[in-house]
Amino acid sequence: MTLSILIWLPLAVGLLAALAPRPLVGQVSAVGSLATLGVAISFLVRFKLGHAGLQFVTDKMWISALGIHYKLGLDGLNVALVVLTAILFSVSIVWCAMREWDRPRSFYFHFGLAESAVLGAFCAQDLALFVAFFDLMLIPFYFMVGMWGSGERVRATTKLVIYTLVGSFFMLAAAIATGVLAAGDNHTSLNFALSALRGLPLPHASQDWIFLCFAFAFLVKMPLVPFHGWLVDGYKSMPIPAVAVFSGVVSKVAAYGFLRIVLPLFPYASAHFQTLMLLIALVSIIWGTLAAFTTPDARLVVAYSSVAQLSFITLGIFSLRPTGAQGALLQMLNHGLVTAPLFFIVAAAAARAGGSELLADMGGIAFRAPVLAALALIVTLATLAMPGSSNFVGEFMILLGVFQAKSAISVIAFVGVVGAAVYALRLFITAFHNRTGPNVASRELALPDVAAIAPIVLIILVLAFYPQFGLRRSEPSVRAAVAPAQFQAGALGTPRRVALR
Amino acid sequence: MNVLAATHHIVGPYIEWRAFSPLIVLVAGGLIVLLVGLLRPAAIREQIVPALTVLAFLVALAAEIWVYHHHPRGKAGFCLIAGPGCSSAPLAMDRLALELDMLFAVAGIAATLMSWRAVAPRESGHGEYSALLLFSVFGMSVFASSQNLITLFLGIELLSIPLYILCASETRREGSLESGLKYLVVGSVGSATLVYGLGLVYGATGSTDFATIGNALSQSKLAGGSLGSPMVFTGLGLIIVGFAFKASVAPFHQWTPDVYEGAPTPITAFMATATKAAALAAFLRFFDVAAIGAQNTWAPLLATIAAITIVVGNVGALGQSSLKRMLGYSGVAQAGYMLTGVIVGTRLGVQATVLYLMAYLAMNLAPFAVIVAEEHERPDGDYLSGLAGLGARRPWLAWPMTIGMLGLAGIPGTIGFIGKFQLISALVSGDYTWLAIVLVIGSMISLGYYLRVVATIWMRPPVALTAPVASAGAGPATGPGTGELAPIAGASPEADEWEEGPGAAGAGLAHPQLIFVAVAFAAATIFFGIFPAPLFHLASHAANALTGLL
Repeated sequence: MTLSILIWLPLAVGLLAALAPRPLVGQVSAVGSLATLGVAISFLVRFKLGHAGLQFVTDKMWISALGIHYKLGLDGLNVALVVLTAILFSVSIVWCAMREWDRPRSFYFHFGLAESAVLGAFCAQDLALFVAFFDLMLIPFYFMVGMWGSGERVRATTKLVIYTLVGSFFMLAAAIATGVLAAGDNHTSLNFALSALRGLPLPHASQDWIFLCFAFAFLVKMPLVPFHGWLVDGYKSMPIPAVAVFSGVVSKVAAYGFLRIVLPLFPYASAHFQTLMLLIALVSIIWGTLAAFTTPDARLVVAYSSVAQLSFITLGIFSLRPTGAQGALLQMLNHGLVTAPLFFIVAAAAARAGGSELLADMGGIAFRAPVLAALALIVTLATLAMPGSSNFVGEFMILLGVFQAKSAISVIAFVGVVGAAVYALRLFITAFHNRTGPNVASRELALPDVAAIAPIVLIILVLAFYPQFGLRRSEPSVRAAVAPAQFQAGALGTPRRVALR
Repeated sequence: MNVLAATHHIVGPYIEWRAFSPLIVLVAGGLIVLLVGLLRPAAIREQIVPALTVLAFLVALAAEIWVYHHHPRGKAGFCLIAGPGCSSAPLAMDRLALELDMLFAVAGIAATLMSWRAVAPRESGHGEYSALLLFSVFGMSVFASSQNLITLFLGIELLSIPLYILCASETRREGSLESGLKYLVVGSVGSATLVYGLGLVYGATGSTDFATIGNALSQSKLAGGSLGSPMVFTGLGLIIVGFAFKASVAPFHQWTPDVYEGAPTPITAFMATATKAAALAAFLRFFDVAAIGAQNTWAPLLATIAAITIVVGNVGALGQSSLKRMLGYSGVAQAGYMLTGVIVGTRLGVQATVLYLMAYLAMNLAPFAVIVAEEHERPDGDYLSGLAGLGARRPWLAWPMTIGMLGLAGIPGTIGFIGKFQLISALVSGDYTWLAIVLVIGSMISLGYYLRVVATIWMRPPVALTAPVASAGAGPATGPGTGELAPIAGASPEADEWEEGPGAAGAGLAHPQLIFVAVAFAAATIFFGIFPAPLFHLASHAANALTGLL
């Protein structure tokens, strides 16, 4: 079984659903998404530990004139993320399938296309292919926000798409330049396969501007602070299942892009801009934390906490230390697993508070829906990185890595850990305890919500007891990905120390 | 008999008839269609004439494919068609020319299908309308395969004059007449400028033949002689201006939105795709072959123009409410993109331009077919606001429109992405990274208007057509109401009656040929976006046809 089946199965299911009779559309999609999850798990089971290299490689020429390969593969960097993607999409689609949707055929088609594109972006081992999937990913979300969103949906979706595509177009130019310049400087034929590009280093001056283009695209997608203009409207308008997968995995593609592409291909520039990136991440942590603490909207608390968490991940990656990067990778997994159920919980809470997502309208739900509150508590504790949770391990490793690289930044970043406790507990307390909201209905969790939240909570618990599950697979690959940049950072750091002496 | 005997001694030009066959088919087809159009019965004029036109295009297409695969072997001496051993011929039916001819034929077929049951051919005569279309394609073929200043000029006139008439073919609508007149005036200015430039180049180099001009330009450049002179510079500049009028390249594009808006939509579609392709082919032929030696002279000029075009086209399209105007401006921007491939002047650049031309054809024809279909149904078919709710109303039209827009915006999974990718890589490898950045910035601006169309189709509720009564039925109820619609603006009472027939018959499949065109080109946009290899083969063959490239 090849990876092609994994990445194209959701799209095939989406097309099938578009042709299915109307009452069956949701069920077809749900079954298809579970099948995709099965395929993803089969890859996880067959994944061999202790290898840094790619496994399950598919390598075909896609466009020979341009040296673009259709190359897919799994290694420690992406295997867990692929499974995470399959889990979150199945959960979201199952959640959807138990509800009625307007124009269901288009809805499930776009969902399938989104899953295919995200899986493709994670599996792609060719720079051009990655860029193609990265851009393609956005299109279904454009439709999902615009057609099924709430509030000012057209404005929100336009903002979302223009922000992120502007980044993507810069990345496209940078990616093409990477391939063309690498081939030109080394007098080889054009080849966009990442493995080939890794062997053809670029001159430092080119690395710098190319790095900035990639970083811009990724930072917009996550988003980190100066590039977050689309965030509020976008997250507020997205339908709940879409926002769960968007925050859960789509934003991770950007963070993953740093590890997969930027660090190995542009090690000099990564080291050169290390401080800049760390500072951006630091500012975002503080901003995200403050915003999450002050916003009156429950959904936005989760959205801003997402910013803070992704900033932590960026921080870990740009520590340029294997420890930090591994923590970042683990944290990607953890954050995906907490943010998606949090959105579902917010939706469930809002449904009990007369449809309002304002914290002021919630409150006291714990006494009306204790099971929901219990699940919410587990997820909240995981979000604030309670010792014992896998998130704690992730954040600890990130901060350790940053401490090894730039200790001052790590000290300030600790504030973010404290802040996480503040906003996560505020969300839980104001939504589920305190004074009972004016319109809070007394209703226990319905099956669709249980189906969406419970499995993920289960996985959170498993990971809490056994975080090594995520770490063991990724270690050799992370080391290999970070090594060149770490070396460059060392090389850049040395002369300064000499000069100081 | 005496006359025949007398001519026996005259040695005529050697003509490779096989290579010439596509052109002959087009002209013969045009004449036959013209004559058949004179017949009295309406059924013949309305059904047989378009069918014959499509047939003529198909035969021409078949001839082109046949010649493409059996490359002609010419003889030495004066000949009409260049081949091996026949160096200086006025026309070259090489693979670049043949591929573009196929493109023109496809655009011609699409335009004919779109004009089926339209107002324009009824008002101007079916035979004349179709014949002019065929003659225009003939002119484009001459233009795209010209190897000589004279044939170049002949080609541009042959293609333009039928288009002037076709633009004005809705003779009872003021807008159409205005469009035809405007195009005539502006086109004549362009032609005059061009012929002046051609004259100067001829004066400087002493030849009308591209190959000889090329030699003269490159040698004199090496020798540092008089040819690096103001004369060549002015000549090349005027030629650029002349071509720029045809390709609607800024700042010579002002006519484009007006003419596109006024002309009958099938003709707009034809002009937007085929004429643009022909003009860019001329750019390729003249600048990348004849004037390649003087690249240092014209490249900075053309690069500036291309950058301006990209910005002006994209910014101009942002505020448009008429779809045809918007596509006109978008065409200006896209011409700028394609021009960048010419500027690079390498094999890669030529490949990129040819590839993008093919992509551009598919991406543009689908939306135009949708506009034509909408114009049949509602008075505001050309307007963006009229598209509201199309996704719910007519998914078979909404999807092609969406795909076309996403393709033009350069979204992956469509041929537009591949085209832009190839262009940018040609630019970067040709040391024009700054132009690649301009292209990328242009694409970003373009998202503003392409996505607005998509948003209107899928995310806006349908607008009530005429009376508020219709709005009570909400979204999908537009279908049954079609019979009551006001027909296309400005049509005569007879035309109104005629128009109501098919409209009332069945709303869903009233115009299967339009849905066919839209779906076929949208499918091509997606298919070649995923499997672009055949197009790359074609493009590289075309680039190989131009000798002397890096």
